[in-house]
Amino acid sequence: MPKVIRINMTDLSVRIDEAPAEWAGLGGRALTSTVVAAEVPPTCHPLGPNNKLVFAPGLLSGTAAGNAGRMSAGAKSPLTGTIKESNAGGTCGRMLGRLDIKAIIVEGQPVAANTWYQIRISASGVVIEPEVETVGLNNFAVLESVARRYGEDKGVITVGTAGENMMMISNISTRDPEGKLRSFGRGGLGAVMGSKRVKFITIDQEGTRPVPLVDSAAFKAANMVFTKALKDHPVSGQGLPTYGTAVLVNILHEIGGLPTRNFTSGQCEHHDMISGEHMYDTIVARGGEPTHGCSLGCVIQCSQVYNDKDGKYLTSGFEYETIWAYGADCLIDNLDLIAECDSVMDDLGVDSIETPVMFGVAMEAGILKFGDGVEVLRMLREEIGKATPLGRILGGGTGHVGKTYGVTRVPVVKNQAIPAYDPRSVKGIGVTYATTTQGADHTAGYAVTANVLNVGGKVDPLSNEGQVELSRNLQIATAAIDSTGLCLFIAFPALDIAECLPAAVDMLNARFGGKLTMDDVVGLGKTVLKLEHEFNLAAGIGPEQDRLPEFFELEAIAPHNAKWDMDQKELATFWNF
Amino acid sequence: MWITVRLFANFRENRFKEARRQYPPGTTIADVATELEIDPGLIGMIFIHGRAAELDRVLGEDDVLALFPLLGGG
Ligand code: SF4
Repeated sequence: MPKVIRINMTDLSVRIDEAPAEWAGLGGRALTSTVVAAEVPPTCHPLGPNNKLVFAPGLLSGTAAGNAGRMSAGAKSPLTGTIKESNAGGTCGRMLGRLDIKAIIVEGQPVAANTWYQIRISASGVVIEPEVETVGLNNFAVLESVARRYGEDKGVITVGTAGENMMMISNISTRDPEGKLRSFGRGGLGAVMGSKRVKFITIDQEGTRPVPLVDSAAFKAANMVFTKALKDHPVSGQGLPTYGTAVLVNILHEIGGLPTRNFTSGQCEHHDMISGEHMYDTIVARGGEPTHGCSLGCVIQCSQVYNDKDGKYLTSGFEYETIWAYGADCLIDNLDLIAECDSVMDDLGVDSIETPVMFGVAMEAGILKFGDGVEVLRMLREEIGKATPLGRILGGGTGHVGKTYGVTRVPVVKNQAIPAYDPRSVKGIGVTYATTTQGADHTAGYAVTANVLNVGGKVDPLSNEGQVELSRNLQIATAAIDSTGLCLFIAFPALDIAECLPAAVDMLNARFGGKLTMDDVVGLGKTVLKLEHEFNLAAGIGPEQDRLPEFFELEAIAPHNAKWDMDQKELATFWNF
Repeated sequence: MWITVRLFANFRENRFKEARRQYPPGTTIADVATELEIDPGLIGMIFIHGRAAELDRVLGEDDVLALFPLLGGG
């Protein structure tokens, strides 16, 4: 029977229960959001004893399904005050699937202020012990210490010093198959883990067996159709494996949707220096790997290994959002410097969107100069890394820095930084930023597909028409995909190739023996969104916060002279489903 | 007439990043693709001055034409 592990950090007790029957069809985001909505008082302080930190593998985690290596973390977010789901690759999702653990729920809070803990989960149970060695250390040192003490093969979920210091920009990191880091990036979840004084969790899959399948022949057949779709579609089969997500730099520049110099232009002069094409050439010239997976069983492999000038490993999982934010929004025209920032952020455990967007606002505030990547690195290491008073101001995130320094051009929704697509020139993604339950988040409903990429139809990015419906359909589908453990990038083939999603549903049925239809999956997505929305309303985050910052209405952006002009009433129709 | 043509991702291989090229009046985007030996079926995104355009669009003087294969990210 699938298990639910409850770890109470107040009295350091552990309870292992059979998963309730009504959770049978839930995994990933559907499960983390169900637990948070049911068990966390919406009005609680996110860093207090009443918040809960929930980890859940997806419904297909641990199976051989292609691209099923993602898992979810959920809680009430200290950054947004909303419910939060954040998902990551790495090795833990798969291991939890094999261990038949449906969820890990970390509750309560230790009374003694300065004691830190480690949690070790294996087939034989759960151990909570005080942790000393890694306290005050950052993520790479934690991975090294865990590998030395408990073995190289353990799954690890950890916070760096930013999480220990409960900064709003902090994330939760997890070990990937190569022993590097992947992140549950958004919403300051590292601070929640820090507030419970859990430094790291290890997962040990020793002694587990392959995940049982009700109909393994049907599973295999469906998986073949599914992986074939991933390989056949030009985006998932060629574009992403070759250029990674950074291929978007030139696309967004071309259409004027690449937010530049703290969202004051839609185009960036040095776009070629930070483009996916340039990154690909650099990686190949230096003997890195342009094509790489963040988790086992990834067919698409959008990640990469980026080496420095001397051919030594510098970073991996080097994403468009990070490159855009430092490269265009902060005007740093040097990909090597940006890669170094990426690596330092991984180490400290800070979100690679919130942090650089915050630096864009800090630059506008005059704390440092636009384009000064060397000073960004110093501030990451010496201010944020050492939690100096300035470091804590920066560590409070984009909205916090804007308030502290009286900046009005502060790109956040529900206090979370707006990512790499300007909502004035890509209006569908603006609807997603405004309405998602998560605070500004592009992945919640990636309308860039039909607005720009010609995937899943075409909707004019500069017109308001059709955007609410587009965003709604994508947000529903995304909530469902986030519940399976499948990587969201399967959406590219799924939007264009008819057999793709039904094959995923067939895998679910072959795994559990159910009779799910596509309609059920869509229904699951709707249910998840609605229960997240209700949590937010009860937390005091109402429709008046489903909006973009005012400057998008006041300032037209080059080159299309576009403003944000969607009617609030029209936006509110998002929830009509 | 003069057109600026920008190519991206693998369209650049054995071709160019950006070039100013001369074409007779009435040239369509499809004609440019054929001349550059780019299979129109592989073209995913076409922009003129940053706005989406279709293959049969007739080009005008000083148009900036960008051709991408089908790509994505996020
Ligand atoms: S496509 Fe990219 S994000 Fe998705 S599982 Fe593979 S490497 Fe990870």
